[in-house]
Amino acid sequence: MLIGKPPDIPPSEITPRDRYEDYFNRRRFLRTVLSGAVAAGVAALGAERLGEVFQPSISASAGTKLETVKSPLTTTGEQLTSLEDITHYNNYYEFGVNKDEPAKNAGVLPTRPWTVRVDGKVKQPKTFDIDALLKLRPLEDRVYRHRCVEAWSMVIPWVGYSLSEFIRECDPLPSAKYVQFLSYYDKKVEKWTSESAIFWPYTEGLRMDEAMHPLTLLTFGLYGEVLPNQDGAPVRIVVPWKYGFKSAKSIVAVRFLDKAPPTTWNEQAPNEYGFYSNVNPSVDHPRWSQKTERRIGLPFYAQRRTTLMFNGYGDQVASLYNGMDLRRNF
Amino acid sequence: MTRPTLILLKTLTWLACLWPLAWLLWGAATNNLGADPTATITFATGLATLRLLTISLAITPVRRLSPRLSWLIRFRRLLGLFAFFYATLHLFTYVALYAGFDVNAMAADIAKRRFITIGVAAWLLLLPLAATSTNWAIRKLGGKRWNRLHKLVYLAAVCGVIHYWWQVKPGVLTPVTITVVLAVLLGARPVLAWAQHPKARAA
Repeated sequence: MLIGKPPDIPPSEITPRDRYEDYFNRRRFLRTVLSGAVAAGVAALGAERLGEVFQPSISASAGTKLETVKSPLTTTGEQLTSLEDITHYNNYYEFGVNKDEPAKNAGVLPTRPWTVRVDGKVKQPKTFDIDALLKLRPLEDRVYRHRCVEAWSMVIPWVGYSLSEFIRECDPLPSAKYVQFLSYYDKKVEKWTSESAIFWPYTEGLRMDEAMHPLTLLTFGLYGEVLPNQDGAPVRIVVPWKYGFKSAKSIVAVRFLDKAPPTTWNEQAPNEYGFYSNVNPSVDHPRWSQKTERRIGLPFYAQRRTTLMFNGYGDQVASLYNGMDLRRNF
Repeated sequence: MTRPTLILLKTLTWLACLWPLAWLLWGAATNNLGADPTATITFATGLATLRLLTISLAITPVRRLSPRLSWLIRFRRLLGLFAFFYATLHLFTYVALYAGFDVNAMAADIAKRRFITIGVAAWLLLLPLAATSTNWAIRKLGGKRWNRLHKLVYLAAVCGVIHYWWQVKPGVLTPVTITVVLAVLLGARPVLAWAQHPKARAA
């Protein structure tokens, strides 16, 4: 059914599924049994990664432990989706259109060296190195509900800090009304981009007040560890009250603009994906209802649940849209 | 074809046709249907329907290639009925797991969402074909009328593929393969009829 294109990454790039699971189970076990990150790191990462452990740096690859602090903005009372499901059920079309493909293919994404370029309506264009970004503010554990426009949902323990903290470092001009995010794109690396008729690179945007809202997270990790590539490594945004596609992955550029930027899915099908794309059970997608959603990782008879306005974050964010017709501005 | 060969091939066909169902049942029993089991069930039953329908549509053009392949006709009904079987499971998945048996929600979906409308239409087109698949029904209708009725399968297959295209996100090209195969099979009919017509007249 898929246009047959064999994955042409060398087998050495692919972590076998059983080893991957084993790896995380062992990690969890060791973390409770052994104290001392080095011991856990050596045992879990295996001999081939010894070098990284003895050169302590937070710039290591997916699965490396991040130092985090608690956050009052975390969502409580939800059962977390498993790490396995969060890392093996992904929409990341640059690495394949099927949900299981990014986990297999995203290993080729080069997450170091990595910089984020800031330009547009700013005092002065700047470039941030990923390792500098990681140290800019304390990393917080933030559990958020994640609602995909396709009507499935997860609960994900992200790691990051408010995007507003980063924006303050960018010195945007008063004329900056919108922020655009551009994702990594190299068609030699991301060969799967030809499977869909999308204009690359992937791009998303937020209104300035949305971007400055403390819930909007500049995200570097999940489950206390560096983001796996398929989840948008090394840095992405997470906007928990909007459909998942608004949360751009693997960001290489942030652009401040005086008007709304073009955004990928909105360009692709403006009648289906609005610029705002706030989670809204009363505005159906043309092809399906948004009143309910399927929680990932549950048995088929237990998946269905009611979708909440603004994905349950209405108390914090509804005021951003006072006086706006959210049916028209869907 | 000898009787034992036929029995063997029929058995293999049955097993192949039951494979997607067995795979789903096993997955459900062992909680192994992936992160989104509802989507897995929907996709597996839908794809099985389209594939079986396509294979059943391949029989007539392939048979025409050589008189020695005429035995293939004995498999067409089996494949067609299995296609209807998976289409029904697919529909039931929607009714139970998506609409939650809510009649109003289903009516709204059918009225509003074209991919559901055309999907239901495809199933409704298959229904009379499945109902008239018995030898008794063929005799009762008479070969000519039965044949004419069963031409609806072309329409059902086309509706099924459009249903697939309308369901995926714009820009996603996964339905291409089945579309091309179906187009070739449907296109082969007039081409073969045209190519074989003068021969038939000469004979």
